[in-house]
Amino acid sequence: MSKLMSSLYGWVDERLGLEELVKFAKKKTVPQHQHSFWYYWGGISLFFFIVQSLTGLLLLVYYRPGPDAYESVRQITYEIQFGWLIRSAHAWSANLMVAAVFIHMFSVYFMKAYRYPREFGWWTGMVLLVLCLLFGFSGYLLPMDELSYFATKVGLEIPAALPAVGPWIANLFRGGLEVSEQTVQRFFALHVVLLPMLFIPFLFIHLWLVQKHGNATIPSEMEKPEYLRRSIPFFPNFLMKDLALWLIALNVMSLLASIFPWEIGEPADALKPAPTGIHPEWYYMSAFQMLKVLGNVFPGALGEGLGITIFTLGLILWFFIPLYDGKHENGVKARNATYFGLLALFILIATTAWGYMVL
Amino acid sequence: MNHSAEHSAEKIEGQEPLMSRRAFSQVLFTGVGMCYAAAIGYPVYQYLASPISRASEAVAVNQVSLPDANKLEKGSAMMFKFGAKPGILIHHADDTWVAMEAVCTHLACTVQYQAEQNRLFCACHGGVYDTRTGANVAGPPPKPLQAYKVTVEPTSVVVSKV
Repeated sequence: MSKLMSSLYGWVDERLGLEELVKFAKKKTVPQHQHSFWYYWGGISLFFFIVQSLTGLLLLVYYRPGPDAYESVRQITYEIQFGWLIRSAHAWSANLMVAAVFIHMFSVYFMKAYRYPREFGWWTGMVLLVLCLLFGFSGYLLPMDELSYFATKVGLEIPAALPAVGPWIANLFRGGLEVSEQTVQRFFALHVVLLPMLFIPFLFIHLWLVQKHGNATIPSEMEKPEYLRRSIPFFPNFLMKDLALWLIALNVMSLLASIFPWEIGEPADALKPAPTGIHPEWYYMSAFQMLKVLGNVFPGALGEGLGITIFTLGLILWFFIPLYDGKHENGVKARNATYFGLLALFILIATTAWGYMVL
Repeated sequence: MNHSAEHSAEKIEGQEPLMSRRAFSQVLFTGVGMCYAAAIGYPVYQYLASPISRASEAVAVNQVSLPDANKLEKGSAMMFKFGAKPGILIHHADDTWVAMEAVCTHLACTVQYQAEQNRLFCACHGGVYDTRTGANVAGPPPKPLQAYKVTVEPTSVVVSKV
């Protein structure tokens, strides 16, 4: 039997070059040190993305965009067997994915893994982050209940506030002057076709770069002489640990999805006032709260404009950090980059907490 | 640590262990893996199969009432839904009523009534049926169409399974 298998493998390998893949997979090693835990978060993000693809595909079987959107999600939730579970898994896994992506980004940032030669890993990661947030934003509208309706209405006010081109962009997203079934239809196209089409190639480049350069070790390890640094092979040792964490992630996600099933609100109604206590998803809370605060300090268009400008500037700095702090030494630039990261993390957490406190 | 524990266990028993550690973990992992596959596979199957049970319920119809179908003119026919399938009701020139399943027994296309040739015709592969009995008279169909019982009421026509 095993002889048959190995000759079959040989036959396939000769034609597809599987051995080269294995060699490529084996080439990489993962550093072992006290902060190794943070190396798993990219893999966990990837796991949730896979869950999203599969549950998304299942939802696609019954979801109908356009005027029927709410009714089809209601049917999925209440009439189709286990529809509630698939939908709940999709919603929970989406939130967990955003959380994992944020943890991954900050751990990469503080471990300085964006430095030479891994700049493109950071940049592709930033593109994936933006796409991930757009996935969240577009997917949130699809059930077309009260909350998703107002969240989209408010969310689109942000591009609408851009000077000159703002209203034009917002109308293009909405497919009209108001959020309507036209909006659901085009958000659907974004969510299931355009965004995956962009996301998947970037994901592959991102993963290929990680494999090519290997995991970065942290600066404090870099200071040690080579013979004191420890590492394990990616394949199969690290991969096995990765898979063990995927199993934990699956269990956590399944428990959350079944114990706290995602609900569906009242159908969206353009004539009904917004429900009290309405707020964006947690990953938009920080931006929401900052805009609100700036709007209070500088009333009117000035506040919004200022908020968007500060946000954009911060993002640009964040994006180009590898060009500023690109060398493997703990100089002033390295320290400044760390302070900038701590500041960003602090602002993010503080404004999010603040946003929830004043609800 | 586990390794030495295994060794000492062997020594105490003084015999070969029932199962090697490798075999034990293989069985364990396969078992757990199958549990997970079932726990994921079952809801996914039920989810995808959900409309099938509803469709089967819809098929479990024994009769339908067609309001105002009694006004159907002589020498003409109308389509109706019998459970999930299309049916055809024909009002012949001699005032007899006939109803049958309109699904061709060849490859399941829907048949049509052609008054001038007095036949039921399947456009897909040219099957021809008798308009009174549903018998397959020409073309590829292997079996006659299934006939229904027709009762004409004052305000409707009731079609039921024979």
